[in-house]
Order: sequence, then structure tokens, then C-alpha cells
Amino acid sequence: MNRTKGDEEEYWNSSKFKAFTFDDEDDELSQLKESKRAVNSLRDFVDDDDEDDLERVSWTGEPVGSISWSIKETAGNSGSSHEREQLKNRNSFSTYAQLPKPASTYSLSSFFRGRTRPGSFQSLSDALSDTPAKSYAPELGRPKGEYRDYSNDWSPSDTVRRLRKGKDKIQLLEEAVSMHDGNVITAVLIFLKRTLSKEILFRELEVRQVALRHLIHFLKEIGDQKLLLDLFRFLDRTEELALSHYREHLNIQDPEKRKEFLKTCIGLPFSAEDSAHIQDHYTLLERQIIIEANDRHLELAGQTEVFRKHPRKASILNMPLVTTLFYSCFYHYTEAEGTFSSPVNLKKTFKIPDKQYVLTALAARAKLRAWHDVDALFTTKNWLGYTKKRAPIGFHRVVEILHKNSAPVQVLQEYVNLVEDVDTKLNLATKFKCHDVVIDTCRDLKDRQQLLAYRSKVDKGSAEEEKIDALLNSSQIRWKN
Amino acid sequence: MAAHLSYGRVNLNVLREAVRRELREFLDKCAGSKAIVWDEYLTGPFGLIAQYSLLKEHEVEKMFTLKGSRLPAADVKNIIFFVRPRLELMDIIAENVLSEDRRGPARDFHILFVPRRSLLCEQRLKDLGVLGSFIHREEYSLDLIPFDGDLLSMESEGAFKECYLESDQTSLYHAAKGLMTLQALYGTIPQIFGKGECARQVANMMIRMKREFTGSQNSIFPVFDNLLLLDRNVDLLSPLATQLTYEGLIDEIYGIQNSYVKLPPEKFAPKKQGDGGKDLPTEAKKLQLNSAEELYAEIRDKNFNAVGSVLSKKAKVISAAFEERHNAKTVGEIKQFVSQLPHMQAARGSLANHTSIAELIKDVTTSEDFFDKLTVEQEFMSGIDTDKVNSYIEDCIAQKHPLIKVLRLVCLQSVCNSGLKQKVLDYYKREILQTYGYEHILTLHNLEKAGLLKPQTGGRNNYPTIRKTLRLWMDDVNEQNPTDISYVYSGYAPLSVRLAQLLSRPGWRSIEEVLRILPGPHFEERQPLPTGLQKKRQPGENRVTLIFFLGGVTFAEIAALRFLSQLEDGGSRASRVGRCRPRPPSTCCSFCESCWPSCSSATRCSSGRCCWPVGPPTSWC
Repeated sequence: MNRTKGDEEEYWNSSKFKAFTFDDEDDELSQLKESKRAVNSLRDFVDDDDEDDLERVSWTGEPVGSISWSIKETAGNSGSSHEREQLKNRNSFSTYAQLPKPASTYSLSSFFRGRTRPGSFQSLSDALSDTPAKSYAPELGRPKGEYRDYSNDWSPSDTVRRLRKGKDKIQLLEEAVSMHDGNVITAVLIFLKRTLSKEILFRELEVRQVALRHLIHFLKEIGDQKLLLDLFRFLDRTEELALSHYREHLNIQDPEKRKEFLKTCIGLPFSAEDSAHIQDHYTLLERQIIIEANDRHLELAGQTEVFRKHPRKASILNMPLVTTLFYSCFYHYTEAEGTFSSPVNLKKTFKIPDKQYVLTALAARAKLRAWHDVDALFTTKNWLGYTKKRAPIGFHRVVEILHKNSAPVQVLQEYVNLVEDVDTKLNLATKFKCHDVVIDTCRDLKDRQQLLAYRSKVDKGSAEEEKIDALLNSSQIRWKN
Repeated sequence: MAAHLSYGRVNLNVLREAVRRELREFLDKCAGSKAIVWDEYLTGPFGLIAQYSLLKEHEVEKMFTLKGSRLPAADVKNIIFFVRPRLELMDIIAENVLSEDRRGPARDFHILFVPRRSLLCEQRLKDLGVLGSFIHREEYSLDLIPFDGDLLSMESEGAFKECYLESDQTSLYHAAKGLMTLQALYGTIPQIFGKGECARQVANMMIRMKREFTGSQNSIFPVFDNLLLLDRNVDLLSPLATQLTYEGLIDEIYGIQNSYVKLPPEKFAPKKQGDGGKDLPTEAKKLQLNSAEELYAEIRDKNFNAVGSVLSKKAKVISAAFEERHNAKTVGEIKQFVSQLPHMQAARGSLANHTSIAELIKDVTTSEDFFDKLTVEQEFMSGIDTDKVNSYIEDCIAQKHPLIKVLRLVCLQSVCNSGLKQKVLDYYKREILQTYGYEHILTLHNLEKAGLLKPQTGGRNNYPTIRKTLRLWMDDVNEQNPTDISYVYSGYAPLSVRLAQLLSRPGWRSIEEVLRILPGPHFEERQPLPTGLQKKRQPGENRVTLIFFLGGVTFAEIAALRFLSQLEDGGSRASRVGRCRPRPPSTCCSFCESCWPSCSSATRCSSGRCCWPVGPPTSWC
């Protein structure tokens, strides 16, 4: 039985899958005919909004939700060659339609449930009969007595009757879900959404999580925000509801409108932590709108120096908080705390931590080369009136930032000197060519060798070289090496 | 024919031929001359199975990229759209079709959906009033694409996001379908192992599908002995850590898409006039990376620190070979030398390329920041200080490093601590929102939903137990001549691969406790074979295992699997690991929902390169 290469060729073109296709074909075709009829009549009363709808969702003419449709869907497993085969055969529908039903194991229920009863005809009814009645909502359920209907093959009118009651619709959904095929599930959901009332649909989905997730995804995809929100509300999934509502703001371009929209998000049931962030988001945009209007005006008037020298590159609208703080440290550093655009006001309103604030202010003032402001940023006075330099971010970071903004050596070395760790200090000083700091540090460390080595790095005949020479020749220092 | 596909233990050319045949059949169905309009995304995957020549043989005369408004003029009878089932693409197609009707002779339209037809899409086409214009609407199920002799990929970038974020299991259905196709070609796989919720579902679907086929027994002698299905969320750590193999780093830094990488052109400028004498190239240099290239096959899976020495050794060999020409005295010798020239030229070209790539990578890996980042990652993975706010991460945020980098580190810390302490989590969140924008509340929620970021519950950190039992952290790593899979991350042994290793020996029974801690069920299923097909195993014969990662795999993990397979080959109790890996899932990046227009990291986010593993899936053999 070993398959050779030639066989494989044949296999892809025809062999195995076709074999089972033929087995099923008649079965499928007769079902097809039945369900087609069934659904055609179904449309008359189930679907009174749009005649085309049922057809619309089909691929080959069968309405979505019809059995044949689903079967074809499953048959698709065997690859599209199989499907093509089916198409061909479907064209010669009438020739096959009269054939008796063969004993087939290929049916919806066996596929889904994994039950195989060779020789017996399995159909939807089969699958139904072993599903516990309690899985249906009472509204959709039928009296127990009616169960016998299911033990027989169903006729078109039965189908219609049952579908009309809704029970089979839910069954359809369960079958689709057990296939894990998003396409089928979505198809069934579209059908259900159209034919069931919102309340019933939601209630049924509440106990069918997989289908529920698909519906949520589907609603997001088609942008049916209203139904989505209704659904979350029904499910009491309030946080998701809130997030979903909040997400909408991304689609609003106009800043005023976006701000108004964000206002509606405040008070939605977010987690406590998120609520604060949402509130901040709103407040920030509100500020930005005020600042933007004001600054655009200032810039146009051309009276303010900082705007003339450093024209704004972009609007501040919708920028993150830290960016906004940078902006305000850049353009509005000296403003009194009372104005919306003052950095201190931002810091207070949004409870910006010291570290963050200092970092941002430093970067902004250094960019403007306002060294005096930089100095003030790190100067603290104690209660005795002594001043002291202190940096919550560590002076090594200060140096890095200053260097990035090409601060002059005089400024740099002042802060390099403040770095506590000696090794770090020496590294930074060497890296940024703060000669005096390197020389002094070597002297303090009594490291003659390092000083000697450093001599080659300074310019010939410079003041630094002289200083090094003086130290090297000094008899006052007890070198350690 | 792609020769490199047949090197492995399983000849993947069989699969490639099968998918090519199907493509030809579809093309022949649309009789007459044709133009193909491509969803650009698909050209990558299709390029792996067919060249333009194949299309040309079937009367494809023009190819266009799908875009709005009118189709470019083309004197052909058929216009065929090759598209993914996406709603936004349907709108473009409709636009094309509608503006077409007003001009010239009528042409036939067709659509080929890859990998599946979608109901929603056809409905959209109908809404737009063009559905009737299409004569053939079909699907082309390109489920598993052969990538290399030992690797298959589904190339479905969104799989992770769909499965774990949107709970859309369609990709699992495709995976099951792909595995059925594979079994149809290579025989029923007798044993299926799995770990994780998705793995369970795929196995269930396979079993169900198989039952449907009972009418016709698969009579092919099985090539694979085992199938191992692994959920990506069983091991979220590996995709978060920085990969340190050569191929892994290429992917981390430049991103490998459909086995191609785009590199900055400067390093590849022609050095000699003879090379065309053109100006400096300005377009990115595009290279295909697979084992068809001898040198690449040798270095791709090495730790980057071991690549340099191989390259310099190769350089010596090649220049020695070129020197040979001076020794060639007789006509015969010269003739022999000349006959080897093409091979030598190719080897030299390949060496030049990889030397340039290695230089580019080295620039990154020797930077201070790369080192700092790696140090933090390794601390986390070895269990140091995972429960407090990390100052390096803080610095990254303060300096506004790319968001994706920050998120990756925070998620890594969360995974290595079985969730972050609420206080720590809140701190990171606040910093991120203030620096990168409040709209990232959505991003953070997505990460939480996917389990990448979470608060610690129950106050218990399980990671140390997992780490110790599975020996995930190895202190002494030999990067040059590895003895353990941990070399791929310079210390961390990828959890997923460890699971595969332990499965083959001594079996999962030894690690029951850890398996219970990891998410999702673990299971074993047997697919009975008719007696005629049962293998009589020769002593010492290797077993072939197909490993399928549901939700993607990293190149480093693939390297680790290849390493295992070689190791096993050498040993007496060899069991060969064959693995198949499906395509990687999405990256963290796809969780970033919003970036304001001026955010420079936006593009990086959408391309999703850095985060998760991008790679191809596969099987090795």
C-alpha cells in the first residue's frame, strides 16, 4: 500500500478526497436541496428586513446557516480541489438530486462531535438529541414532549418550524463553535444577529463564551460600536465597556471634540488607577488647547523673544504629558504658578515626581543654554541659609544631559566635580575632556601614573600641560605610584 | 526546485510541489492572458513557493500591487486579485473594479483569497455592488509554507494576537488543516503530545478531522514519529528575551520577513569599478537568508560571539584557494582551477555579505546600551531583583527609548516574577502613560489580557521553581562550542525547547509538577496505524519529531532545536527532533494600538520587528 510519488500526484488531482466526496455528494446534495427550500421559505417570515441578506453571506448560493452551507464549509478541509469538485457537481444538480441517500459517515454532527456511527444517517437532529435540554434558554426551549421530532429525519417544514423557534439557531451556533472556524462562527452570528432579538442573542451568548468573543471581535471589526456597548452593558463587563468607549477618542481628530469626548469617559467604570489616568488625559488635553491657542497667537504676534528665536516645530496638542512639560519648561519657564502653562502648575496638577520634573526641566533649559536656570535647579538652601547642590537624578545623569546639549566645558566640569563616585567622576571627566577635573582628581588620588598617561591627551603647550608638569615636579605630593 | 528543502530528513519539496500544483490549477481555470493584482503582503509568502517564471508559463503577463483608484492599463483578458481576506482590501478592490468598467473592453475579474475565503469580505463586496463582477472566487490554502529543509511556517503574523488577545481561533483551525495536509503527504503521525489550551484544541480538531476521513485509510508510511504542539503562552519568556544567535540578532535588529532581510546599503557598496560603477546604492539591500547558502547554514545558529572566528577562518580558506592559481602550471591544472571559479566567487560573495552584516551587528552589540539591557534581562532571567522597580527601565523611560523596548523589558520582568507586585506595576504604568501618552492605557490593557503583563496574584512567585526544575538558567555557557541549548541566549535555555528536550528523554512524567504550574493542559494522543504501516524500529534509529509552536517561534529557539537534533544524532540513543514551527505571532508591537502621528516609534511598532519572534516555523528533520 505504500504510496509512490506518482500516487501522490494522483492524490492531489483526484484520488482520495474525491472518493469521499462522491460518497457524500448525494447526501449533501439532497440536504442542500432541502435546506435551500427550507431557508427560502424561512426568509419570508424570519428575515423581513432585507431580502438579500441571507443570500449575501453565502459563497456559493446557499444561505448562511443552512446545513449545506456548513457542510461545504467543513468539506473545505480537504482543500480547494475538493471544493471545485463540488462546484462542478453542483452544476449538474438535477442528475444527482434523485439519488437515494447513501449511508455516509460524513455529516455535520459527526464532524463536530466526533461520533461515528457507520451506516447510520446522522444529521442535525442526531446531534440535537443528545444535547441536554438545559443548555437552551427556557425561552428558546421547547416542551420535552416535542423532542420526538428530533428522532426522525427532518423535513423542510420541520426545519423552518424549528429555526423559527430559535432552538436550532442556537444549535447551529454550537456546532459552528465546536469547529473552531472563525468564518463559520461569524457567519452563524451574522445570521443570529439578524434573526434574533438583541436580548435573546445576548443571553444565549452569555453562556457561550467562544461565540461571545467572536461576536465582540466581529462588532469591533465592522465598527458597530452601539451594539458592542449594549452587549458589554448587558454582560456587566463594565471595564471593557469603558475601555471600548474610550478607544473611540482615537478616531476623533478635532481637538475640541476629542476633549468633549474624553469628558464623557470620566466617571466610566474604569479601575481606580485607570480612572485617574483618564481624568488626567482629559485635563491635559484641556490645558493643551488653551496653551496652543495662546502660543499660536504669541508666535504670530512676533513680540516674544523665545518664540522668535525658537519657532515651534509642531503643535503641542495630543502630546504626552512629559513632552508637554518639556514644552512648558522651554517656552514658559518663568511664569507664575497661577497660569495654566507654567511648569510648576503642570507639576502640581499632574503630581509629576521630582525626578521626572528635574530631568525634563534640565533638558529644556540646557537646550536653551540657560545655565543659570540649570544652576538654580540644583541649588537648595537649608534652614541655616547655606546653599547646597543636590540632584535627585544623580549628577552623572546631569552631566550626560548637559553634554548632549553641548554645554561648555566650564559648565560641565562644575557638575562633573559634584559626582560622588570617584571612578565615575574620572571616567566622565576624561570622556568630556574636563581636564582640570581629571588633573585634580589624579592629584587627590596621588595617582602619578594616570596623570602621566593623561599628559599625552592634552594639547602641547597648553595651560593644562603646564599644570600637569607643575604637579609632576612638585615635591609636596606623596605619589602612591 | 528548491534544493535546500530536500536536505532535511523529511523532503519538504513534496509539500512545495503540492502547493505549486494547486496554484497552477487555479491559474489555468482563468483561460487566456492574465494580470495579477497583489496584496503586497502576500508577495513574500508566495515568493517562497513560486517564481514569476511559473506564473508566466500560465499566461500571467502583468503584475500590479493592489492600490486605490484605477488599475494600470494592461491588455489582458483576466484580472486576478490575490488577497488576504481583509475588509479594507475589499474596499480597494471594489474601487478598482468600479473605475474599470467605464473604460475599454470588458475583462474578467477573479479573486483568490489566501489562505481562506471570508464571508465578511464577500459580504462587503456585495455591499459595494461588485460581488457579481467576479467569475471565480476561490481560496488558496497556503497553510504551511516550506522555509528550509527543517522549517515550515504559516506566515500568519497575527496568530498570537488573534488567539490570545482577540480569542479568535481561526488560526488554530488553519494550523489543524495544515497538519492534516502534512499527514496526507507524509503519513499519519502516530503520537501527538501537547501543552497548552490551543494545543489541546488543535489536537481535538485534528482527531475530529481524521475521523471524517476514515473512509479512506492513509496508506503512506509515516515519516514523522511524533508531533509536539506547544502554545506560545506556555513560554512567553523566550520571545521577550534578546536572541543572541547570529540569525536571531539579524532578526532583532533588522527584522527577517519571509526569510528576507533588508539592510542599510552603505556597507554593501560595490568596492570595485567592475561592479557596475554605479553611485552608492540608496535602496536597502535585500538578502534572502536560508540554508541554500552554505556559509549561512553554518553560522546562522551560532552564538554571535562565535561567528567572528568562523568568518575569519573562511576568509583564509578562500584566499588560499584563490592563491592556488599561482601554482597552476599545466593547462590541466588551470582548467581545473577555472572550473572551480564560480563556486569560489559565490563563496567570496557570501563571505563578503556576512562579514558586512556581522559588522553591522557588532556596532549594536558592542554599544553600552545593548550591554546594559542584556545585563538587566539576564538578571531577571536568573531571578535577581525581579520584584522591585528596575532603575535601567526607569532610565529608558526617562530618556524616551522606543516604547517597544520598554514594554519588552517590563513584560520580561513580569514573566520572571510570575506577575509584578501591584505597586511596581502601577509605577511602571504611570511612568509609561506620562511619557508615551495616556492612550497607551489601551496598549497596557492588551498586554495584560494576553498575559504578558500582570499583577502577581496569591503573592507567590512560581518562576524560581520552573527555572530550577527545567534548568532554564545555566551559569557557565560555552558560546564557542556549546554543550547545552542555553548558548542561544547566552545563559537562558528556552523553556519551550527544554520541554521538547525533556519529552524525548526522559519523558514528561519526570516534570509533572512544573507542567501543572505552566498554563494549559498537557496531553498525549495516539493515532492508531494499520499494522502494515507500523514501524519496526531498528536499534539506534532516530525518531523524527515535528514541533509546532502555536503563536510563533524565535530564531533562537529554532537554533536550540537544531542544536538538540545534532546532539541527538551523535549520541547512541538518538532521537531526532524534527520540528515544525508555525509562524510567529505577533509581536508586542501589535498591541500598541495608538500612536499619535508624530511618534517616531509608530512605524517601528507596526512593523513589529523587535518583539516577538518572528520567524518561520518549521520542521526539521
